[in-house]
Amino acid sequence: MIFSYEIILLLLLLITAAGAIMVKDLMSSVLLLGSYSFFLALVWAWTGAVDVAFVEAVVGAGLATVLFLLTLFRTAPKDTRLRRPLPSLITLIVFPLVGVLLLYAASDLPGYGDPNSPASVHVSPTYLEQSYQDSHTLNVVTSVLMDYRSLDTMVETVVIFASGIACALLLRRHG
Amino acid sequence: MIRPHDSIIIQTLGRFIIPVVQIFGLYVLFFGQYGPGGGFVGGVILGTGMILSVLIFGHDASRSQYARNILHADGVGMLIYAGVGGLCMIGGGEFLNYADLEIPGLETASRRSLGIVLTQIGVALDVAVTAVSIVFSLSAEEIMENSIDG
Repeated sequence: MIFSYEIILLLLLLITAAGAIMVKDLMSSVLLLGSYSFFLALVWAWTGAVDVAFVEAVVGAGLATVLFLLTLFRTAPKDTRLRRPLPSLITLIVFPLVGVLLLYAASDLPGYGDPNSPASVHVSPTYLEQSYQDSHTLNVVTSVLMDYRSLDTMVETVVIFASGIACALLLRRHG
Repeated sequence: MIRPHDSIIIQTLGRFIIPVVQIFGLYVLFFGQYGPGGGFVGGVILGTGMILSVLIFGHDASRSQYARNILHADGVGMLIYAGVGGLCMIGGGEFLNYADLEIPGLETASRRSLGIVLTQIGVALDVAVTAVSIVFSLSAEEIMENSIDG
């Protein structure tokens, strides 16, 4: 019963996400967010996106948790209680409406794994068929990221570099 | 400033686990062509190993020497990536078209494979350095507070 696994995973996702928001202690919130990332990684792995699952587990549950905790130790060592106002009337009306609208729009999406959906008839077949002959790379994700879409990945690298520089500029002013 | 952790359990475990993490990072980095993984994840795992050594043994420990030294490599990963692109242009082709890498004795597909490996090393280096650099930035102000207090 694969279907029930999916339901359990999605329920756990909802519970951990809601818990990360509702919990008063920021430390527990960060740890719940880490477990949320683990469950999300399981969902990605279940849908077959193993590379994305790997990144989600390593970055979301590992690195981001460490960075959050380090920030927490610096900013709010004592007072970690938050005060949350009740949602206003407009929020209570608009958010369910947006949800209904999104569900309505989602009924028009192509089915999961549909071979005739626009995403899987445009360039994906060419990549899947040509990848090994073009670049001797078995992992198609890697050959798309690093070869066919190499310039995009380079600019992503520039973004990561810029984020490191920005953190250093903002946080090490006196060092 | 992050001080060494007191617990002997964590110190011993760290001594044992950090090399394993580093080797696993290298494995993920170079196995990315044949299975899940690649430059980004490999770089994050390598950087996480260094962050772990900083968190366990402190900023000044000799075991964190590697993490401190690698901060000098900020931007080198990007240089490798763009440099491979530049080499392709020198070889007479488009930017980042690895088929134009001027390496004798290699067919086109193997050149592309080599280009993928080189750029993945660049991405991994960039990501690892950035991760360690952000951790050092986040603990930088504590150095200042300590110097004011003491």
